[in-house]
Amino acid sequence: MSANELRDPLKAARGLGSAQSGVGHWWTQRITAVALVVLGIWFVILVLGLLHADYATAHYTVGRPWNAVLLIAFAITAFWHAALGLQVVIEDYVHTRWREISLLVLVKFLAVLGALVSVLAVLRIALGV
Amino acid sequence: MADTRRPLSPHLQVYRWQVQMASSIVHRVTGVALAFGTLLVLWGLLELAGGERSFDQFKICIGSPAGMLLLFGWSWALFYHLCNGIRHLIQDTGAGYEIRQFVRSSWLSVIGSVVLTVLVWAYVLMAGGVA
Repeated sequence: MSANELRDPLKAARGLGSAQSGVGHWWTQRITAVALVVLGIWFVILVLGLLHADYATAHYTVGRPWNAVLLIAFAITAFWHAALGLQVVIEDYVHTRWREISLLVLVKFLAVLGALVSVLAVLRIALGV
Repeated sequence: MADTRRPLSPHLQVYRWQVQMASSIVHRVTGVALAFGTLLVLWGLLELAGGERSFDQFKICIGSPAGMLLLFGWSWALFYHLCNGIRHLIQDTGAGYEIRQFVRSSWLSVIGSVVLTVLVWAYVLMAGGVA
């Protein structure tokens, strides 16, 4: 900041902060965490209900509208939360810049791919195609 | 490598072991494990979408001793990350930072995760196994 800058430094800090991305990452990690508390418990109960289920039962149960919707929500939220968490771990422990950037990009690609594949699989089950 | 001319904290092994250290690092480790564990969910969904034969094969894989061990680890990691995650969400409100509370809630996460894992697997074993 130049010496004759009259704007309050707080103005620059507010909202985005020094990382230029604000609290977006932190906040999204928490929101997905809260969602996963509910969806994770629901998922465990769903799976426990499917113990010993044959193909027809499992296919029918997973394909029921609410189960399919919640499964899609679970898959997207889980991959999202995983990507955010792995990002922090990589940023903390990988100190070679090109490796860090490559891993960060790779994790994002794989997370999006994983979420999309899960969504397609649930849709195929639910729609019977 | 990062610039290491600045003062560094002493090596980890000079610290007396404390439950807060364990609960913190285990949260990370289980988080990374669960990120890979998500692929297990993906695998199951893909095999179910793939038809009866692929689903039956998936059941055989997941019901094998190695599969059950994987599931057991997955369930404990999930329950630990869940319990300690809820603990962190509560701490995000500014609560529970008194040293005694912090230590107690660390133990609560550890014990809670073990209790939940035992309960779920007792149910599974009573139902006669995974698949």
